[in-house]
Amino acid sequence: MRVIITAVVVIVLSLAVLSAAAGLDFGSPVHTDMDDYFTGFGQVLTGGNNIVTDVVFDFRGFDTLGEATVLFTAVTGVGLAFRKRKEDEDYEYE
Amino acid sequence: MSMSKIVRAAACVLLPFILVFGFYIVMHGHLTPGGGFQGGAVIATGFVLLMAAFSYDSITARLSKSSLTGGETLGLLLFIVTAAVALGLGGTFFGNWLANSGAIFGTPVAFGANPGNLNTAGVIPIMNLAVGIEVLGGLSVILLYMLSGVHEEVA
Repeated sequence: MRVIITAVVVIVLSLAVLSAAAGLDFGSPVHTDMDDYFTGFGQVLTGGNNIVTDVVFDFRGFDTLGEATVLFTAVTGVGLAFRKRKEDEDYEYE
Repeated sequence: MSMSKIVRAAACVLLPFILVFGFYIVMHGHLTPGGGFQGGAVIATGFVLLMAAFSYDSITARLSKSSLTGGETLGLLLFIVTAAVALGLGGTFFGNWLANSGAIFGTPVAFGANPGNLNTAGVIPIMNLAVGIEVLGGLSVILLYMLSGVHEEVA
């Protein structure tokens, strides 16, 4: 019984998602102002030929700073989890 | 817990090529696909190859955790300082204060397809280098920490 209910729910949900996606027109975005700006002026403004790096490190540099901070925090967390414990350190956390 | 002599010799042969390739990806990030994150990950792969081939003690004798974490911190600081210098020069945070200036990394670039010049793109190569140092230090030290938790079974 549970299997039938699960199958019906999955089928109905996937049909709902697919029917919504079927009406979309892929490959022809409505708002292209920022895309045109990046491809038109990115190379001249920043001087980099790789437009992806221009966007990631110049136009969206603040986003990259967040990414670098996430990596730094992850390393800090791993270092905390794998730290060298003292012999008499209490392992039971109350 | 080092592996056989064949694996160790192959790791030693492969390591310089991996390092050169990773550094190439980092420094050509503004010209070809890639950048600091990808190149740093490639260099960290070379260190992980060493960690897989040799034992933990022989790795940490030459490559200390503190130097790797120091490189990571240095990379993040270089990234933030490069972005903040633009504030001191009257621009905005993360402003490209070196692009098209004629100084280092400041050669102007014409629009359109061209083979590319390494001496362009302003602060982007510096930030690529900073992120590359940070990623290689971070990923290597994560693997080194995990390797330090593995205990060798006494046969």
